[in-house]
Amino acid sequence: MKIHEYQAKQILVKNKISVPRGEVASSPEEARLIAKDLGGKVVVKAQVHAGGRGKAGGIKLADSPGAAQKAAESLINTNLITFQTGPKGIPVLKVLVEEAMDIEKEVYLGIVVDGQAGGVVIMASESGGIEIEDVANKDPGSIVKILVDPLIGLQQYQVRRLSYGIKIKPSLVPTVNKFITSLYSVFVENDFSLAEINPLAITSDGRVLALDAKINLEDDALFRHNELNELRDISQEDPLEVRASSYGIQYIKLDGDVGCMVNGAGLAMATMDIILEAGAHPANFLDVGGGATEEKVAEAFRIILADSKVKHILINIFGGILRCDIAAQGIVDACKIDGNVNIPIVMLMRGTNVEEGKKILHESNLNISLVSNLKEAAIAVNSEGI
Amino acid sequence: MSILINNNTRLLVQGITGREGSFHASKCLEYGTHLVAGVTPGKGGKLFQTKIPIFNTVKAAVEETGANVSLIFVPPAFAADAIFEAADAGIPLVVCITEGIPVLDSANIVRGLKNSTTRLIGPNCPGLISPGDRCKIGIMPGDIHLPGKVGVVSRSGTLTYEAVVQLTELGIGQSTCVGIGGDPIIGTNFVDILQLFQNDLDTEAIVLIGEIGGTKEQEAAEYIKAYLTKPVASLIVGQTAPPGRRMGHAGAIVTGIAGQASEKVKALAQAGAVTISTPDGIGSTVKKILSQA
Repeated sequence: MKIHEYQAKQILVKNKISVPRGEVASSPEEARLIAKDLGGKVVVKAQVHAGGRGKAGGIKLADSPGAAQKAAESLINTNLITFQTGPKGIPVLKVLVEEAMDIEKEVYLGIVVDGQAGGVVIMASESGGIEIEDVANKDPGSIVKILVDPLIGLQQYQVRRLSYGIKIKPSLVPTVNKFITSLYSVFVENDFSLAEINPLAITSDGRVLALDAKINLEDDALFRHNELNELRDISQEDPLEVRASSYGIQYIKLDGDVGCMVNGAGLAMATMDIILEAGAHPANFLDVGGGATEEKVAEAFRIILADSKVKHILINIFGGILRCDIAAQGIVDACKIDGNVNIPIVMLMRGTNVEEGKKILHESNLNISLVSNLKEAAIAVNSEGI
Repeated sequence: MSILINNNTRLLVQGITGREGSFHASKCLEYGTHLVAGVTPGKGGKLFQTKIPIFNTVKAAVEETGANVSLIFVPPAFAADAIFEAADAGIPLVVCITEGIPVLDSANIVRGLKNSTTRLIGPNCPGLISPGDRCKIGIMPGDIHLPGKVGVVSRSGTLTYEAVVQLTELGIGQSTCVGIGGDPIIGTNFVDILQLFQNDLDTEAIVLIGEIGGTKEQEAAEYIKAYLTKPVASLIVGQTAPPGRRMGHAGAIVTGIAGQASEKVKALAQAGAVTISTPDGIGSTVKKILSQA
């Protein structure tokens, strides 16, 4: 789960990790008052779940409360389009107003769970403020990485290796070490999947602060962090994805026009690849899940129908835990609720209770072409002229 | 003619009285697996399906029944504890079906098992099956399988069934099919299974099914290049996945170039694997490599 920069910084402050002084504002007037309180120059930062805000004009400098108000006015209730958002952009409902800092040095600090390494990896680089992927491509040697042994925990020699490795001034090494150690503790205690401080700023008066903070929470661990669940901001998500997630359906909206419904993530990806191979583009990823009920299948199908871009539908159900008759009934129910469904539907259905499922579809008189294997599904996608 | 599980497998199911646990325990039993015990703390002394004893602890179950494989269905919050309990009781093979275990827990589990003699398959996996021995340890539909000489290893569940169906339809049987799981941190990786298939006299060819995210397929490619003498057919799914989005499986997320499907296909092709270009070509590709062998 993604959270906003201001929420990430609130977590950091609660854990005694330094960030610039600042507050979040929902209106230009609020932004003006915050800027007045802070005094001096401020930065007004659009709060959206996407990177690349700076280049997209989502971060503005203001040297007076009036200018801060204007900056906020130009951002709040607009859609910010960055290289990560797609052409429609994401709505800006809040801005973070912070004191502008006098920065001497900017470095990169990132913490991730690395599957290959089998644990938490802390990365640091001298090149702060730019995308770590770019640094990794141009100058991989400049990134210092350490792996934390899950049983031993983070050791101070590892932290020193990071600090000295990115050439922190010796007098500031203890401060930076404390910052890294604290961030690691917060990461593990709250089950983050990513924490990126880019840049970590060292000011001319010798302070070490998180100028930016990007934190992702591990979805699978939210059950043990109720307070973090409340940080979700659905205004930043696609409405159909929000609807799907409330039913426990894994759904990602894409740009194509072939809607697909599949049980199992791997088979869903394979089905999407078949669509691509046939020269068409999937409109979505949808895994209806193993233990789905008729209601859940119906809702999944209605979510596909609700996407106005969808011109064709491909359904691929391999009955196992999810029985074919339940899947078929769900589809029939969905079509009843939504009335005339004129979109051509191709369906591949195999496994547990497949005959019962076929019977339900047959009796429903729905216009569904049944195919009997993946190859036929591919041919059907092709001949539909998708 | 199998790896990891066979006729001598004595199965214990942890979480046998739960909805999923009881359903799949019966299915394993029906298929022919020697189910010898169940464990649910608090239900010790009762019987599952009037004949399989249920114990409060894994230790007691192992002492009484000689169980040597554990299949785990407990909820995510209790999975780490269940796995460590099985390892502590000396069970050499633990298969964890549970989906949604926090990744930091998985890191602890895998690290914790490093110095033990227990091998973990999963978590978030469908399990494994050796059709020739009528031994099924997992949630896959048993009747789609056919005894034979092709080993299947995959990160996914239903996509593995798809692969198996395509093989079986062409009369190509399987030695063992293993779903290693869709999470970023798992107990047994492609490389471990490839090594077992390489050493299994009755496995003649291998199907490897990977997906986007991580670098497990690249590690497999390196192993294939260096050690494997048996033919490998490989399929990677997820060409359409947008970067940064989790495609169902926690591990199926492209976060760097290495995680893309095209990079994985390239690595496997360079290692000498026969790459399957579309998911409907699994059976036909394997048929071709078997006829050339």
